[in-house]
Amino acid sequence: MDAIHRKYLRMDKLPHIWCPGCGNGIIMGSFIRAIDRLGYDQDSVAAVSGIGCSGRITGYMDFNTLHTTHGRALAFATGLKMAKPGLKVFVFMGDGDATAIGGNHLIHACRRNIDMTAIIFNNHIYGMTGGQYSPTTPRDAYATTAPYGTMDPHFDIAKLCVGAGASYVARGTSYHAKMLTDLIVEGAEHKGFSVIEIITHCPVNFGRRNELETPVDMLLWQKDHALRMAKAAKMTDDELKDRFVIGRIHRADIPEYVEEYDRLIEMVRKGDTDRG
Amino acid sequence: MNDAKLLAGSDACVFGALAAGVRFFAGYPITPSSEIANLFARELPKLGGKFMQMEDEIASMGAVIGASCAGLKAITATSGPGFSLKQENIGFAAEAEIPCVIINVMRYGPSTGLPTTSSQGDFMQTRWGTHGDHAIIVIAPYTAREAYRETGRAVNLSERYRIPVIILLDEILSHLRERVEFKEEDIVTVIDRKGPVPGTPYLPYEDTDDMIPPFAGFGDGYRYHITGLIHDKTGFPTSDPGTIDRVMRRMNGKLDYYRDKIVRVKYVDVDNADVLIVAFGSVARSAEEVVRSMKKAGKRVGLLRPVTLWPFPDREIREAAAGKRAVIVPEMNLGQMVREVERAVAGTVPIHPLNRIDGGLITPHEISDLIEELL
Repeated sequence: MDAIHRKYLRMDKLPHIWCPGCGNGIIMGSFIRAIDRLGYDQDSVAAVSGIGCSGRITGYMDFNTLHTTHGRALAFATGLKMAKPGLKVFVFMGDGDATAIGGNHLIHACRRNIDMTAIIFNNHIYGMTGGQYSPTTPRDAYATTAPYGTMDPHFDIAKLCVGAGASYVARGTSYHAKMLTDLIVEGAEHKGFSVIEIITHCPVNFGRRNELETPVDMLLWQKDHALRMAKAAKMTDDELKDRFVIGRIHRADIPEYVEEYDRLIEMVRKGDTDRG
Repeated sequence: MNDAKLLAGSDACVFGALAAGVRFFAGYPITPSSEIANLFARELPKLGGKFMQMEDEIASMGAVIGASCAGLKAITATSGPGFSLKQENIGFAAEAEIPCVIINVMRYGPSTGLPTTSSQGDFMQTRWGTHGDHAIIVIAPYTAREAYRETGRAVNLSERYRIPVIILLDEILSHLRERVEFKEEDIVTVIDRKGPVPGTPYLPYEDTDDMIPPFAGFGDGYRYHITGLIHDKTGFPTSDPGTIDRVMRRMNGKLDYYRDKIVRVKYVDVDNADVLIVAFGSVARSAEEVVRSMKKAGKRVGLLRPVTLWPFPDREIREAAAGKRAVIVPEMNLGQMVREVERAVAGTVPIHPLNRIDGGLITPHEISDLIEELL
C-alpha cells in the first residue's frame, strides 16, 4: 500500500468484502488517484452509493460517505448537492442499481444536469445476490435466473444517458485503469451531470457461467472488445458487433441546475416573478 | 401574530414548517396533497430555500434525506399511494437517524382508492409502514391553526430526537379554509439538531446519556459513514450480536425515554363525563360539536383528542376512560385506532367503534345517535 491508499482509504475497514479477482478494487484505485489528481480536499468530497457489491465502496473510502437504498443513490445525492453546493458529489452504482430499480432516477438526473459525477459499475450481472441477469446482461448469456440464456435485450448505458440529456458521458473499463482515472478527472471537472460507465468484470457470478473462466480472461475480453471512438468511426456495423466504444462519448454545454436555482433565488428575492 | 388569516390546513403546514426553519422540500404531485408542494415552490426561494419536484415519490424521500445529511431542515408531502412508495426510505431515515418530516394527507385506499375524498385509513401505516422495528413519531392536527403549530413542532421533534416525524392530515383538514387567529402560544420556536462538540473525537452514533447522537452535516469537516445497514457507534456496519442489540434498543428506546415530551393530548369536558369519545383529525371536530350540543341537552360527554398519535397516548386514555360508561372511537376507516384504545383500556370499559368508509366525514349526528343508544 502506498501513500495514496493510506490517505484516501479507511485502512481499518480492509480487507474489503469483494471476491478475489473482482474489478471493483481497480475502480476504487482509479477513483482515489483521480481525487488525488483533482486535489480535492477530502472534507469537501461526498461519495454516495446504492446497494449491491458496488454500494460497499463508500465504506472503504475516507470521505463524507452515504450508503443509501437500492437504486436511490442519485436521489439522495440530489438533495445533498442542492443543500450544500460546495460538496463535490460522486455517486457509485451498479448496473442493476442504476438502470433497473434506479433507472428512473438515472434518466432524470441526466435531464436535470446537477453538477455531480455518476460512476456506474457495469459488470452485467447482479453479483451480490448470486448472479441474476440485469438490464445490461448480454442477450443469450447465462445467469442464475436465466439457466437457458437470457432473452431480454440489454441497455447501452452510455447511449441511454446521452439520450436522456446528460452533459458528459464517457465509458471506461477495469482493464484500462489509467484511462479510467483520466475519465473520472474529466467528468468531475465538467460542470454538470457526468456519467462514467465502467465495463468491469465479475468472475464469480458472470465469467464462470459464460466461458470466461478467470479474471484474466475477463480483462482480456475487455481489451479485445473495447474500441476508441476514432477507430470505431471507420468501422462497419458488422465489424462493430459485440464491440464497445471507450473514452469520452459526449460532452455538451448545458445550464447547470444548482447555479440556475441560485439565480432563481436571487431573482425572486429582488421581486421578479418570471424567469423568462 | 395578531392579524387573522384565511388559511387551509395545507397552507398552515407550509408556514409552520418554514417558521421552524425548513429550507428544503422535495415532492411529487399527488391528490390531495399537491397544494403543499405548490406553496413550498412559491415560498422557499423567497427565503433562500430550495424546492425540488422529483421524478417520483421515492426520489422525493431520498432527496429529503440527502438534504438533511447536508444540514438543511427538510420536508416532503404526499398522500396514500405516495406514502406507500416512500416507506423504504422512511425506514432508512429511521435506521440512520436522519431528521426529516413527512406530511401525509390521507385519502381513502387501498390502491388508487378515492383520491379526492377523506379518510383515516393510514393510522396504522404511519406507525408500521416500513419494515422492521423502528422509532417514528406521528402527529395529527385538527384545525389549520393547530396544523401550523404542530408542523413546527414536528420539525423540532425530528431535529431534536433524530426521528422521522409524520404529520397526518386528512383531505378535509388539508383543503378546509378557515379563519385563523394566531396567538402567542402559536409562535414556533426554532430548535436545531445537536452538533458535535468541537475538539473532541466524533462518533456519529455515540451512545450518549441523552440517547441522541450528535449530528455532523456532510462537508462540515467530520468525515464519516452513514448507512442503512445496522451499524455500530462509528457508523460502520456490524454483525456483532451484542452491538446490534444495544444499538437497536437505544434507537427504539428514544421513543420511550422521551415519550412524555412527545405525547400531546387535548381534553374537552372529560372529568365528569359519562361517555368518552376518542377521536383525532377532522373527526375530532365532529366529536367536539357533539360534546357541545349534548352538554346543552344535559348529557355528559367528553372528548380525548390525541394530537400525538404515535407514541400512542395509552396511559392518558386509560386514565380518562376509568369509570366511564362507554368509550366511543369514531374513525374514517374500518377500525384501526380502536385497537390501540382497546389495548390501553384493557377491558375495563366497553368500547364502541364507529366507522365510516365512504369518503364522507363522520358527522356529529352519527356520533350523538350512537351515544343516545348507549345512554
